[in-house]
Amino acid sequence: MSTAALTARAAQGFSLRASLSRNRRWALITSYVFLVLFAIFFLIPPYYMVVTALKSDAEVARMATNPWFIADGVTLDQFRILLTQTDFLIFFRNTIIVTVCTVAITMVVSVFAAFSLGRMKFWGSSILATGIFLTYLVPDTLLFIPLFQIVKAIGLLNSYWGMVLVYPTLTVPFCTWIMIGYFQSIPKELDEAALIDGAGHLQMLTKIFIPVALPGIIAAMIFAFTVSWAAFVYPMTFLYSADQQVLTVGTVTSLIRGDVYKWGMLMAGALVAAAPPLVIYAFLMDYYIAGLTAGATKG
Amino acid sequence: MAEVALRNVVKRYDNVEAVRSINLDIPDNEFVVLVGPSGCGKSTTLRMIAGLEEVTAGDIYIGGDIVNDLPPKDRDIAMVFQNYALYPHMSVFENMSFGLKLRKFPKDEIKKRVDHAARILDITELLDRKPKALSGGQRQRVAMGRAIVRNPKVFLFDEPLSNLDAKLRVQMRTEIKRVHQLVKTTTVYVTHDQVEAMTLADRVVVMNGGLIEQIATPQDLYHHPRTHFVAGFIGSPAMNFIRCRLEQNGAGQRVRISDTISLPVPASRAARFASVNGKELLFGLRPEHITEPRRSDRDASCEFAATLDVVEPMGMETMVYFTVDGQEVCGRVDPGSARGPGESMRLYADMDRMHLIDPQTGLVL
Repeated sequence: MSTAALTARAAQGFSLRASLSRNRRWALITSYVFLVLFAIFFLIPPYYMVVTALKSDAEVARMATNPWFIADGVTLDQFRILLTQTDFLIFFRNTIIVTVCTVAITMVVSVFAAFSLGRMKFWGSSILATGIFLTYLVPDTLLFIPLFQIVKAIGLLNSYWGMVLVYPTLTVPFCTWIMIGYFQSIPKELDEAALIDGAGHLQMLTKIFIPVALPGIIAAMIFAFTVSWAAFVYPMTFLYSADQQVLTVGTVTSLIRGDVYKWGMLMAGALVAAAPPLVIYAFLMDYYIAGLTAGATKG
Repeated sequence: MAEVALRNVVKRYDNVEAVRSINLDIPDNEFVVLVGPSGCGKSTTLRMIAGLEEVTAGDIYIGGDIVNDLPPKDRDIAMVFQNYALYPHMSVFENMSFGLKLRKFPKDEIKKRVDHAARILDITELLDRKPKALSGGQRQRVAMGRAIVRNPKVFLFDEPLSNLDAKLRVQMRTEIKRVHQLVKTTTVYVTHDQVEAMTLADRVVVMNGGLIEQIATPQDLYHHPRTHFVAGFIGSPAMNFIRCRLEQNGAGQRVRISDTISLPVPASRAARFASVNGKELLFGLRPEHITEPRRSDRDASCEFAATLDVVEPMGMETMVYFTVDGQEVCGRVDPGSARGPGESMRLYADMDRMHLIDPQTGLVL
């Protein structure tokens, strides 16, 4: 090959590489622009909450100041009053009890249900699995009316234990569905090997399936936690005294009196209430994504 | 260790009969390979022995006892799967000891057995690793180790080498044979690879369409196939089958395979073939029995000329392809004597190795 031809080939190769790197640069720039826009869009509300929670009531009420900045200096009064002079800590405790119980019930029911529906093929198992998922599609804004009758009939109206009973109707179907997908993605030879090794179905579940499907189980746990922590319609309908109330409804009902909004405390309450999910997401996000992906693609 | 027996075993899925009344006796310590094409029922048979599939009809015996209704864990068998089926969250040691722990073996006994198996399989240094940190061959060794530690009555292998590359497969094949010679446990091994079947087995069971076609030693199977299917399935390249007519020629018989080629039937077979004189049959001869004329004491009437269509040099030998009466025939010749494509070549048919097959019944005569 002549020198000229070699030079032309080298130039062609260089231009291809340059074009690839230019493409990549544009892709990155576009990604960054959109990511920054999204981040700003989604971080504005939390920023507004933080700013408002750190202001005094007087500054919040004063229309002359800029609502986006703290003019009179940072104060933790809103948090102090919220934690000492309102029922916020009772709401917090109730929410923790309801959430822990809901997550526990959901996980036990869902893991067993998903294992039997996903792995132990029996007559009608696939119809049952579809049926369970369909129940998830009925919104709680429709379900609360018949559920009210049921909760009232069993004497759990105005008791947070009633929430422990009704929240799993929201969490169990979705968690079961996530875990059916996860369990089905585990090769069937694994349970056959366990059967031959001498494991019964319960041992197979506890010693093989749960450890192998841990990402999926954690994803389901996070989902159950989030639903339970943030539920609004059911506590709004079923709970009406402060000692039984949970965070979502309790904070709003106790800090809004008629047309008087305690903005500072509302924002402080929302921030404190958002902290536990934030911490859990931060630590378990990788599992959550892995679990959801497995459920979505292999289920 | 124990013998395994299958008596009229049937497996039916809805209206499909995967296994159709098979009988098989496997003596203690024997290495039996079930071989056949996909869907022939070999894996189903193995899974029925393991207890992973229910038997529709018939009986399965392990160590003289009927095990039809026993769950897998009570059959005292160990199985090695095609995809290894190692527990991904457990270390190699935990994988191997899982079955023993469930059976509540004392800790020192578990350690002794795992160490022993690890030494046999040369995986002692891998005991602390997780399966994902192992290569395919190492995983297969661990899967075998998990079977060995249990010291079961029967080993079951379900296509254990199919996921390995060609070189590793040969290595592991030798390894499996070595392990069997060491531990001497009754073994049932399923494969679709006839080379694996021939090299590993004490006896080979050839299955087709849910039935057993033939049970024989590898040598017997190769030289004395009982059916058209077995003759074609065992051997690579496959046996040549050519439509022919058996003709009486004076005192002897000849196989006419085309207008111009007829080959003499060995005198020793004359009596056996007397009843099919004049009939349309299939003539079977393996490629390795169609060569260039080699032996000095050869029968010249076994020679014929053929125009070669394709020539494939393999190094040690050369495959030559030609047609007889429109049917493709393969021969294996010495590389030095092979002609090129389109050229004519003298070939010699070793008629002592010939087979005649009745096309109606599919039986080798």
